[in-house]
Amino acid sequence: MSNTQTLREWLLTETPTSRRHAKISAFYHGWLTLRSNTMAMIGLGILVLMLFVAAAAPLLAPHDPFTQDLGNRLAPLWSDGHVFGTDSLGRDILSRLIYGTRITLYIVTLVTLIAPVAGLLVGTVSGYVGGWTDTVLMRITDIFLAFPRLVLALAFVAALGAGIENAVIAISLTAWPPYARIARAETLTIRSSDYISAIKLQGAGPIRIITKHIWPLCISSLIVRVTLDMAGIILTAAGLGFLGLGAQPPSPEWGAMISEGRRFILDHWWVATVPGLAIFTVSLAFNLLGDGLRDVLDPKAGD
Amino acid sequence: MALTNESNEERPMRALFIDRIWPTLKVVISTIGSIAVTMLGLLFITFIIGRVMPIDPVLAIVGERASQAQYDEVYQQLGLDRPVIVQFLFYIWDVLHLDFGISVLNARPVSEDIARVFPATLELATIGIIIGIVTGVPLGVLAAVNKGTWIDQIARLVALIGYSMPIFWLGLIGLLVFYGILGWVGGPGRVGIFYVDVVPSVTGLILVDALLDGNWDVFKSAFSHIVLPASLLGYYSLAYISRMTRSFMLEQLSAEYVTTARVKGMSEWNVVWKHAFKNIRVQLITVIALSYAGLLEGSVLTEIIFSWPGIGSYITTALLSADMNAVLGGTVVVGLIFILLNVLSDMLYKIFDPRAK
Repeated sequence: MSNTQTLREWLLTETPTSRRHAKISAFYHGWLTLRSNTMAMIGLGILVLMLFVAAAAPLLAPHDPFTQDLGNRLAPLWSDGHVFGTDSLGRDILSRLIYGTRITLYIVTLVTLIAPVAGLLVGTVSGYVGGWTDTVLMRITDIFLAFPRLVLALAFVAALGAGIENAVIAISLTAWPPYARIARAETLTIRSSDYISAIKLQGAGPIRIITKHIWPLCISSLIVRVTLDMAGIILTAAGLGFLGLGAQPPSPEWGAMISEGRRFILDHWWVATVPGLAIFTVSLAFNLLGDGLRDVLDPKAGD
Repeated sequence: MALTNESNEERPMRALFIDRIWPTLKVVISTIGSIAVTMLGLLFITFIIGRVMPIDPVLAIVGERASQAQYDEVYQQLGLDRPVIVQFLFYIWDVLHLDFGISVLNARPVSEDIARVFPATLELATIGIIIGIVTGVPLGVLAAVNKGTWIDQIARLVALIGYSMPIFWLGLIGLLVFYGILGWVGGPGRVGIFYVDVVPSVTGLILVDALLDGNWDVFKSAFSHIVLPASLLGYYSLAYISRMTRSFMLEQLSAEYVTTARVKGMSEWNVVWKHAFKNIRVQLITVIALSYAGLLEGSVLTEIIFSWPGIGSYITTALLSADMNAVLGGTVVVGLIFILLNVLSDMLYKIFDPRAK
């Protein structure tokens, strides 16, 4: 890299000097495409904001999310010191919303750590090994794919007991099959390519090939799918919370907050409305970002 | 039949069988096979759920204060002393005979309860999917024809909001606005309180029953109650159906035969509806079957919001009172319908779309 080159030129170069340089350059190209998509940037902005709110919750929340104030219950919007009013126990709704971002992020993170990883594992092994292993694994995937997700999650949570972690397990158990399908399809195309044969001739074993050469190539289509699925996962988690099967009171989970406000919907509409808007905003953000990412990472799947 | 025929017609009959009937038959057989395997998988999972649950099924029946002898007797009656694999086989046997056990809550067979509540869900989901088709398909076509214009953007926004909105929340807001404030629709439940059990239940579908009985007051009341939850479900299927319609249509509209038709001077209306749309019908049926299955399931949360006495309400009520037989029975029934619709749509696609062969 010469001194006269700017950072931008270095990033956009046609002739990368090292492997890392090429990677960073490809990433920057993708970022430029994503940046031109206003909707995706709005989505990303909302999610970054949400991360910030979750991290700085104690600083941002005007009140303690658990402190009850029965003298001031069901206070309306914009009332003294409570921008979004208070709930049936006099707790500040804004503060509960702010702390609720942490729960939503927690659920999203856990599901992301379980379902796509499980799907990637099943899909690549199935695609690479082939034969009977492939038939059996894909049969199992198809079976799970044909299940009703919410109802099965309900039954799982009923058996395991209510709680966030169990809700996450239930959601992950029903969410992995599409990832396995995608990973398998990618593996099948990659498996027969020349560079895999070249590595094989160099003596690479199946584990090395799968982890070092197939996984990295499956990641981008998985990221797109996970981002697009995230909205559905948030909605399912909120649904479980709404049914009282997810996060338990007094936890400020958004779905549970709606369920709590449901009883007062006709007279005190904001108690249930405000957390619903929060869920809507976050899942909309994931959908917007997912659409944009698809255009960048997986142009074939787009329109 | 064709194969045993020894006359001169044998040859064409056999050709007909091999060319036409056999491929279809093959699809049907493989479909039945995959339904069986998938059902077995579902039953295996519900069986496991029933085994790992923390609730002791024996204690649920005999109660806390039963003697050890009573406990052992029920333990044996339930077959819990047999090997697990035998228990599983017995479970499959029971389910095949539509025996889901006895509800702990009301001591009635679960299958009877499900048969009673299911028509309510069916009615809701069916009207929902009709609304979804009637609005979603034209919207998708319109978006594809006007690709890139503001119409396309609005269609996209409508779908995006549908994908992102929690259905139970939208239901609450709908109740608040259209029932609480405007008073345009009936509130929770299937009919107004004065019309409950007025018409005899023949089909279990209250709109149909009211029509059969010729009772217009009940019909009107039932209609005003179903219109909001069904529209809600319809909106959710609209989101999916319109997006899929759009992408199918785009694929067709970029095909050469469309250009040819346009060059011939065919009107745009005929190009779109008589040529392009005709070719996406099979794909659309698949999508509609899938979203219908989704609605049957998605009605769980909607039913709770609208106090709709369907299978979703049934499962959740049972869930909160730890009535596992009812929960698992409901899960199996919903799962079966879901699987059937899934696999059937796949089969239709294979039979009607020559490329899939």
